[in-house]
Amino acid sequence: MRSLLRLLPYLRRYKKALLAGILTVIGSNIFNVLQPKFLGYAIDILAIGISHGTLNIKALLLWTGLIVLFALIAGFLTYLTRQTIIVTSRHIEFDLRNDFLRHIQTLDTTYYHTTSTGDLMAHATNDINAVRNVLGPGIMYPTDTLLTFTMVVTMMFTSDWKLTLVALLPLPFVSFVMYRIGKHIHVKFTERQEQYSKLTTHTQESLAGIRVIQSYVRETYFEHQFDVLSTEYFKKNMHLALYQAILWPLLFTLVGTSLLLTLYVGGIQVIHHTISIGTLTAFITYLSMLIWPMIAFGWVTNILQQGAASMERLSTIFDTHPTILNSNSHSITIPSIRGTIEFRNVSFQYPGTGKWVLRNISFTLPAGSTFAIVGRTGAGKTTLINLIPRIYDPTEGEIFIDGIPIVTIPLQILRKFLSVVPQETFLFSDTISENIKYGSLYDSCTESELNRVVELAHLTPDINSFPLQLQTMIGERGITLSGGQKQRVSIARALIRNPQILILDDALSAVDTYTEHRILHKLRDSMRGKTCILISHRISTVRDADKILVLENGTIAESGTHEELIAHKGLYSELYHKQLIEEELESL
Amino acid sequence: MHEEEVLGKAYDSRLMRRLLKYLRPYTMYVILGILMSILMSILEAIRPLFTKIAVDENIKTNDTQGLLSTIALLAIVIILRASIQFANAYLTQWIGQRAIYDLRKEIYHHLQTRALSFFDRNPIGRLITRVTNDVEVLNEMFSSGIVLVFSDIFTIVGILYFMFTLHWQLALVTLSVLPFLFYGTFLFREKVRKAYRNVRIHLARINTFMQEHITGILIDKLFTREVYAFNKFSSINADHRDANIKSIFYYAVFYPSVDCMGALAVGLLLWYSGIHALDGTITLGTVMAFVQFNEMFWRPIRDLSEKYNILQTAMASSERIFQLLDTPLTISTPLHPHKLENVKGSIEFRNVWFAYGTKPDGTPDWVLKDISFTIEAGQTVAIVGHTGAGKTSLMNVLTRLYDIQQGTILLDGIPLSSLTPENVRRIITVVPQDIFLFSGTIHDNITLGDPAISFERVQAVARFVGLHQFIEQLPDKYNTVVKERGAILSVGQKQLLTFARALAHNPKILILDEATSNIDTESEQMIQNAIKKMLKGRTSIVIAHRLSTIQRAHCIIVLHKGELRELGTHSELLSLNGIYRKLYELQYKEQELYKY
Repeated sequence: MRSLLRLLPYLRRYKKALLAGILTVIGSNIFNVLQPKFLGYAIDILAIGISHGTLNIKALLLWTGLIVLFALIAGFLTYLTRQTIIVTSRHIEFDLRNDFLRHIQTLDTTYYHTTSTGDLMAHATNDINAVRNVLGPGIMYPTDTLLTFTMVVTMMFTSDWKLTLVALLPLPFVSFVMYRIGKHIHVKFTERQEQYSKLTTHTQESLAGIRVIQSYVRETYFEHQFDVLSTEYFKKNMHLALYQAILWPLLFTLVGTSLLLTLYVGGIQVIHHTISIGTLTAFITYLSMLIWPMIAFGWVTNILQQGAASMERLSTIFDTHPTILNSNSHSITIPSIRGTIEFRNVSFQYPGTGKWVLRNISFTLPAGSTFAIVGRTGAGKTTLINLIPRIYDPTEGEIFIDGIPIVTIPLQILRKFLSVVPQETFLFSDTISENIKYGSLYDSCTESELNRVVELAHLTPDINSFPLQLQTMIGERGITLSGGQKQRVSIARALIRNPQILILDDALSAVDTYTEHRILHKLRDSMRGKTCILISHRISTVRDADKILVLENGTIAESGTHEELIAHKGLYSELYHKQLIEEELESL
Repeated sequence: MHEEEVLGKAYDSRLMRRLLKYLRPYTMYVILGILMSILMSILEAIRPLFTKIAVDENIKTNDTQGLLSTIALLAIVIILRASIQFANAYLTQWIGQRAIYDLRKEIYHHLQTRALSFFDRNPIGRLITRVTNDVEVLNEMFSSGIVLVFSDIFTIVGILYFMFTLHWQLALVTLSVLPFLFYGTFLFREKVRKAYRNVRIHLARINTFMQEHITGILIDKLFTREVYAFNKFSSINADHRDANIKSIFYYAVFYPSVDCMGALAVGLLLWYSGIHALDGTITLGTVMAFVQFNEMFWRPIRDLSEKYNILQTAMASSERIFQLLDTPLTISTPLHPHKLENVKGSIEFRNVWFAYGTKPDGTPDWVLKDISFTIEAGQTVAIVGHTGAGKTSLMNVLTRLYDIQQGTILLDGIPLSSLTPENVRRIITVVPQDIFLFSGTIHDNITLGDPAISFERVQAVARFVGLHQFIEQLPDKYNTVVKERGAILSVGQKQLLTFARALAHNPKILILDEATSNIDTESEQMIQNAIKKMLKGRTSIVIAHRLSTIQRAHCIIVLHKGELRELGTHSELLSLNGIYRKLYELQYKEQELYKY
């Protein structure tokens, strides 16, 4: 339960609304609790009227009128309670979810390698929702319950304490039953959900592996397996059903017992004239007012427990801190960067793997030059360029930009002058123009800026063929772009910020050679005086670079210009010859 | 809007009839459930009558003994009602769960037997939604006790009956608020449902946004767009909050209103009783019974409105499910199939044409064009070609995962189309390029659950491919569970495991699609050895990426852009100086340099 204390600052923010809410709860309770009393008076007047033949109609109408009036006032106050307390819980949910996103945005990229998206999503929805339940119903019902209970019991005691004791006898069991069975239901429900996800996993797997299953004619076996899981799911459902089926009848029986006792003991008292028939009626009504608080009591206990567990899980995330930070030896204020990059004995391994992905990499890249990196899959190319925008920090060695160690450059400045087109193209399901603007340094950018980068990325003909041009939605709710188109949108996004350093990580692999050639040609003009790093498998992409680096198993195997490397007859020249053959094959 | 969000009508007789079919095996239980519902409703509705008897007959006449027996009777009614309620709730759940179980099984069977082309058209994600989510919605319908609708209706009818027989004028007065309650409840349901749909849509947006920005966190970081993304999220989040607050409003108005209406009914009841108290037609017990009746109305009405909603979503889901169940088989099974046994293993392709689909202009998009060749029993044929040459398609049509459009494929001289797909697949086994392991044990991954494959055989094939020693070292040996992401097996070992799987099924004809992935030298050696042993004396077709495999083949087929372009042995083809020569230089030559 202690984890819930973390919510106090949030509650403090909405002090006023919460206070008002609690006041209305008190108010509505007062007006509710008096109604049965009036009903009792009215019944007594009726009883006297029936037995004596003279009816005080004025008094009857007075009590009747008061019942309706009080019900209206109580109703209005209940309305206000929901509008304050429950609404506040939604406000806090909003704050909490915002804080959650803001926090996870700061976490390291490595954190995302070890935590699955599904898990984070579950925290953001299920756990925050469980905490919200604590804040809304978890505040409203206990307050309401406690007040109703004390008031009703006081009212009952002032009428007749003996009858009260008898009537209240079975009620603690109601709370207990609700709490215990509620807990069982929660456990059985969780078990059922686990079985459900097993069933889903099996279905997923057997559909993904349908080729293997059909090739080996194993359909019957998989149907049998599915049947086993399905039967188990059926059983789990029935376990849950058992508890759910027993809950309400049991509660009704307990409440019924209370009613029976009251009716019997109260009835005898009426016969002996110790209480009036009206008092008995009021008692029975009071009793029905207590049922809900007793049920809510058991129910709320479960809400609090689940909420506390969820808050604890959220706290673990909130307590995770990023390691890549602005260095606190507060960096030299750097207004801009020119683009000289130097790697000095840089080595890198992913945390916890103990395997060197890069080993002793050293090179210098003058500002304004074009630099290419080639190598086999897994040679370490992407890791190397990820060190420049500090997606990762090197395990050993240092990186300098304009002669300044990058760890002392504020992250915002470093990333502001740098633009990366990642290997895996990632676009948001939004319009094309929004996706491109995403790369801009400012929240808005001019039409001509947009058109300039669209032209640079050779996207103009494609965009003209789309129904809404730049406003066309992409992704699930819009059109599907081809791999090459996606890559070119990604390039436009990188260019719109006018970077001082541009890094293309195999960003033209899905673009045909002709278009690639055009794009590179245009880039050369627009990137004049700026630093450019290209990673590619295609020789045609890299051959004009000022310097080419060949990576092999995390080390620099060869480096030089295209001509130098061809003459060297190593890995690079081999790659080059293969590509010539491939081009020939294509033309056959 | 998503297809899943569309809500149709609450009742569609065509769909309902089809849904009710699933209840037919349990007709007797359904009848029992309905009977219990009726009984329960009666027991519920007569309860206030006991209060009346207690007040009017026992207390009025000072009959203590009578009061006790009235109360004892009421106790019996309460306990009886609770027991029936319990039994009935459990029974309706049981019926619902059985019906759902049957339906789920039927859908799964349906999916397992569709042709592969069906899976090309229907993304797996959507199919899973059918088997799981949509069925779950129906599950909710059945288990929320759609059968209990009867109970609600009977309860209302019962209460009405007793109220009117007791005192019809008083009944009319009390019920005067009922139309408002009815209308209010259904209006509230409608509003809340719409509000919740709005909430769900906004929640889906939150989820999509989060999902995208978690997977795309690198983009946010690289472009320093964290603040921008946050602001965008915050506005979606605010929409979600506001949608929720709107639904709170409905609750805040509705529940107090119900209370007020109840109080109003009591007020009217007392007022009318006051006026007529002196007529002698109204007794005190009647008034008290009516006060109780008044409270009892509200629950069945609320339940009914809730079930109306459930029915509505269920209709939409069942429509989608039935649509799926109505998709036909696309691989034709001959009416009087040949039964091919004791296969020798010769294969012939005679002018085979095949396309997965059509081009935008409507003409078939051929991936295999006029392919003809013959493979003698026991021979090994290698197929080579650049990406997109049609190698994998060739393998797909041979096992009848897809049917060809033109030409004939003959197996021991019998056309493939006259055999059942099962028959063909028991003869021809494929080892596909991408390794697919199920999340079971090593043993189950080899046998795929076939009880005819003995453990000795499993060990024998594992030994044959050279995996046995490794498996024996694992803590659970053959019962070690293969995990999707866990690194118990290396890529090479996984490959060997798929070899073992194929061999365990003792195929007459083997099709091997060699993987190109990087494999460490040691595994590579083992794989080459295993391949060599597997192919020996068995008709086999290999989509070859290894020089050693090619050199061992009796014949090499060169596919290029869907056509058979060259055919012959390694040395014959090399001397042709055509496509094969180029492929050789591109893919195979360096193996010569490095490995030999």
